Amino acid sequence: MSLQSRALAALETVRDPELDTSIVELQFVASCTVSADGVAQVHLRLPTFFCAPNFAFLMVADAYDAVSAVEGVSNAEIILEDHFASPTINDGVAARAGFVAAFEGEAQGELDELRLAFIRKAMLAGQDRVARPLLAAGREPSELADMRLGDVPPSADLDRLRERRAELGIAADDDAVLLVDDKGAAIGLDALPLHLRRVRSTRVNIEANAGHCLSLLATRYGVGSAVEN
Amino acid sequence: MYEKDGEKYFVVDTHLHFWDASKENWVPGAENYAKGWIDCFYGYHQLAPPETHWDWEHYLKVSEEDFVKDVFTDGYVDVAIFQSTYLTEWYKTGFNTAAQNDVLTKKYPDRLITNGRFDPRDGDAGLKQLEADAAEFNLKGVKLYTAEWNKGSRGWKLTDPEAYRFLERCQELGIKNIHVHKGPTIWPLDKDAFDASDVDAAATDHPDLNFIIEHAGIPRIDDFCYMAVQEPNVYAGCSVVIGALMHARPKFFNRVMGELLFWVGEDRMTFGSDYNIWTPKWQVEGIVDWEMPDDDAFSDYPRPTVATKKKILGLNAAKLYDIPVPAECQLPTDAGEDKQPAEQLVDDTAGAQA
Repeated sequence: MSLQSRALAALETVRDPELDTSIVELQFVASCTVSADGVAQVHLRLPTFFCAPNFAFLMVADAYDAVSAVEGVSNAEIILEDHFASPTINDGVAARAGFVAAFEGEAQGELDELRLAFIRKAMLAGQDRVARPLLAAGREPSELADMRLGDVPPSADLDRLRERRAELGIAADDDAVLLVDDKGAAIGLDALPLHLRRVRSTRVNIEANAGHCLSLLATRYGVGSAVEN
Repeated sequence: MYEKDGEKYFVVDTHLHFWDASKENWVPGAENYAKGWIDCFYGYHQLAPPETHWDWEHYLKVSEEDFVKDVFTDGYVDVAIFQSTYLTEWYKTGFNTAAQNDVLTKKYPDRLITNGRFDPRDGDAGLKQLEADAAEFNLKGVKLYTAEWNKGSRGWKLTDPEAYRFLERCQELGIKNIHVHKGPTIWPLDKDAFDASDVDAAATDHPDLNFIIEHAGIPRIDDFCYMAVQEPNVYAGCSVVIGALMHARPKFFNRVMGELLFWVGEDRMTFGSDYNIWTPKWQVEGIVDWEMPDDDAFSDYPRPTVATKKKILGLNAAKLYDIPVPAECQLPTDAGEDKQPAEQLVDDTAGAQA
């Protein structure tokens, strides 16, 4: 695999925290090049000039970390284009300054809590992705209350759910209960119907946002989008 | 009025503008923001059916004749409500201030309503201005933009003590409709700018005010729904939900509207075209033609009926704003009444179908 391919593969692991989707799949990576002496240059683009600067910062910083960690890359430069806070974000990440220092006087803390809040949402949405096919296949909602991860047929959605749980420190092994709240506590039978409604809403929100962002990216940069409409 | 298949739909467009984003109006030194803002809207504009697209120059500023034709003549709108957006940091005379909008309202007093604004960061001077505006524009509503920049500040919350002073004054002045837009740059930047929990507290503390959350909390529709289901005085303003999704992402339009119908209910949803982002015509026609798909993926969402569409398109808003509705268009709605939305959740039957 060429150095450039490895850099691109590293970018695949970077997610838009809000959309829970790789920035490569979202077509936020405008270009990625690596020179012979290992200098990587990545251009990122977003759907609008006013996309939330905190999420933008996370994506630029995560891209920097991911590409810098590729063996053979000696230096990484990540350039967010066409955003109202481009200079602040690009310079802040390049200086490894952290969010508070980059946005001096405008932020009280780093972005770890924000990131966690959206991993929790992704984890809830993931429960809908896993549970809905089970219900469609004829399982009763009441059966789902006792179900363990190991009882669920293997799928990419299940793998993804396990990943998000692990990122939150919530048990993700076969014995772990499938339906849990955002702290990892099992959902009882009584709360189950409402829980299923809530996790669906969370999923609809994330997926509708992703679709909307891709629509705007397409109008802004003329790139096609592959997601469900 | 829109008429189809023998049904008459009284249309109240609760969210529209008459903006001036012309280059002459850009504040020197802030041109990139002024241009960035309107370009962002122009991106949204292109999510509409292609035959409705305008060129960029036209988009910057339309004439009064264009407005009347697009909204009243072609757009079926009976009564429209201007949501004033100031943005005076970027636009010299404002993007569309109450004063700008009210020029048209004075010419068409039976067809247009001017909503004002306040910014709690303006303090006592802002309160005085609100009182003056209430008298001048006969305000029944305000549009609050919690992410608006103001002298280096990137935003505020409805629960700020200063904001409560303004809400209480609104109540005294008879301004009972509080439209709230959550934006992307609220301070501090490390928190989620779209978080709607402040609306929750403010709505509980001001039961006599109606809180219409514009764009139904996009991009946090889930958080909005869980909040709104608990608050009888919280409404889903459907502008942008319709304009951005109905044509460009029809499956998500069905899902998002399905979520709103389930959690918030058809008596608490209002139509807004968000003109001049989009024209009302295709949106009104689309809502009336809209059906929830029959396949299993949508089976647990409520089905929109003719009554649902009549309420969303006009009857709910007419009740909130005391707009007279012709007898042949009327239907009862719970809008404006102190009744819990989505009562199916209270008796816990809703999730059983999930």
